[in-house]
Amino acid sequence: MPKLKLPAPPLPPGFPKPAPKRPGTPKQKPLEVAAEAGISVVDWVDERTSLSGGARWMMFRKVPKGTNWFYTLGSATMFAFLSQAVTGVFLAIYYRPDASGGAYESMRHVNDDVFLGEFVHGMHKWGSSVMVILIFLHMARTFFFGAYKYPRELNWIIGVVLLILTMAMAFTGYLLPFDQRSYWATIVGVNINGTGPLVGPYLSDFLRAGPEFGATTLSRFYAIHMMLIPGIIGALIGAHLYLVAKLGTTAPPWQKLPASAIDAEERA
Amino acid sequence: MNQREKEQYLREYMALKAAGKPFFPYAVAKDSLMAVVVMAAIITMSLVLGAELGPKADPTTTTYTPRPEWYFFFLFELLKVIKPAELVPLATIGVPTICMILLFLLPFYDRSPERRPERRPIATAAGIFTICAMGFLTYKGAEAGPPTQIDMPTPAAVTAQGPAFVAQYNKGKQVVAQSGCEACHKFGQNGNDGPGPPLTQIAKNLPKQAIARTLVNPTAPMPSFGALQQNDPAKFNAMVTFLSQLK
Repeated sequence: MPKLKLPAPPLPPGFPKPAPKRPGTPKQKPLEVAAEAGISVVDWVDERTSLSGGARWMMFRKVPKGTNWFYTLGSATMFAFLSQAVTGVFLAIYYRPDASGGAYESMRHVNDDVFLGEFVHGMHKWGSSVMVILIFLHMARTFFFGAYKYPRELNWIIGVVLLILTMAMAFTGYLLPFDQRSYWATIVGVNINGTGPLVGPYLSDFLRAGPEFGATTLSRFYAIHMMLIPGIIGALIGAHLYLVAKLGTTAPPWQKLPASAIDAEERA
Repeated sequence: MNQREKEQYLREYMALKAAGKPFFPYAVAKDSLMAVVVMAAIITMSLVLGAELGPKADPTTTTYTPRPEWYFFFLFELLKVIKPAELVPLATIGVPTICMILLFLLPFYDRSPERRPERRPIATAAGIFTICAMGFLTYKGAEAGPPTQIDMPTPAAVTAQGPAFVAQYNKGKQVVAQSGCEACHKFGQNGNDGPGPPLTQIAKNLPKQAIARTLVNPTAPMPSFGALQQNDPAKFNAMVTFLSQLK
């Protein structure tokens, strides 16, 4: 008999409540044990981690009245990131960061020979545009609804870092196919960095791995694009979500208070 | 926001939250539907637009288009709006850095408790202005492709030096037109006016040797033509010849 009491899902009104088991029911038959195998496994894990409390806290928290479709933009951005991560792994299986022609040849191989190769490559390429659009829309929603104000200031800052990291992903990823377009666009991009005040020249030297655009530049971009930034983005999305769950999503600024709450306010 | 306003906000928020619905399944259902829409958009774009590779990267080439991905067009266009050379660092990194700092610090300088956009006229106007400016710059960047033609009459001074020199001049004109110079420089009626200076009369200010030196060691963000000088000196010299006749 599982010890875990999974939280009962909220049922729509009028839906019959499942009858609780009567005490003293006879011992479970093997078929019933098998039917509850899933719960038993969850129970086993929960007994050792106590994760169910956190899951319940995350999933069954209330979202305020008036929450509308604008509030799906954040999760849509995260979904686009997950899509980028999955398609990126498949591309990384075939990709070689070799500036002397291997990089271009490996992408040609993906496009021409690999099963669904160009499709997955296209999903990664256009997925980046979709993610950039979604993250800007999400930021616009947060800005116009005043959702960055107390007590969500820290979550706004994390979001700005995520925005910058997303743009950095777009910039570093653009070089990787190593065709004419990406090569020259990246040279101009790195040179633009170099005109910046104070750290500008150092930043472009760091990106190029030296004063000249060389063989190590590509592997540097590859490592930043594949390992450094995705790890930071993943961690920051975790922090962002934790704060969203802890502080709650905002109500739309026009949302009227329920009548009972106004009464309580006046009495106070 | 002072302590009283903070407490009032939290009280009102708790009331709204208590009147709300659980995240699972109500918000999860909306989010999932949105995820399906996002996935469908990505798949459709991939199927319709594909992921074709351009020609292989070649550092010695002269035919390329130094253009960023579309979502960096607004930064690229910012270079063209701000002309004077001493202000270029301000345009390239200065303005984006200031915007980034303003974004980071937004919750610290906008401390009013008001959340409705129509009661925050300054914030709302600034937000709409930023969106319009970025949209306008992106549109300008998308519209202004680097042209690959230079329509300039051959000057009499060139024709006077014989057919061999005219051939050299025309070859140089062709190399310059193909090298993407017009993405940033103006030649007569052709090319974009900025970020680089107009080159219509460049030879008035710079002697031939100085032009060659600038091509090899340019001011950022212009790419260097040093590789071309090493690998194909004839093309490079034709380029210098053409540019040194622009008076």
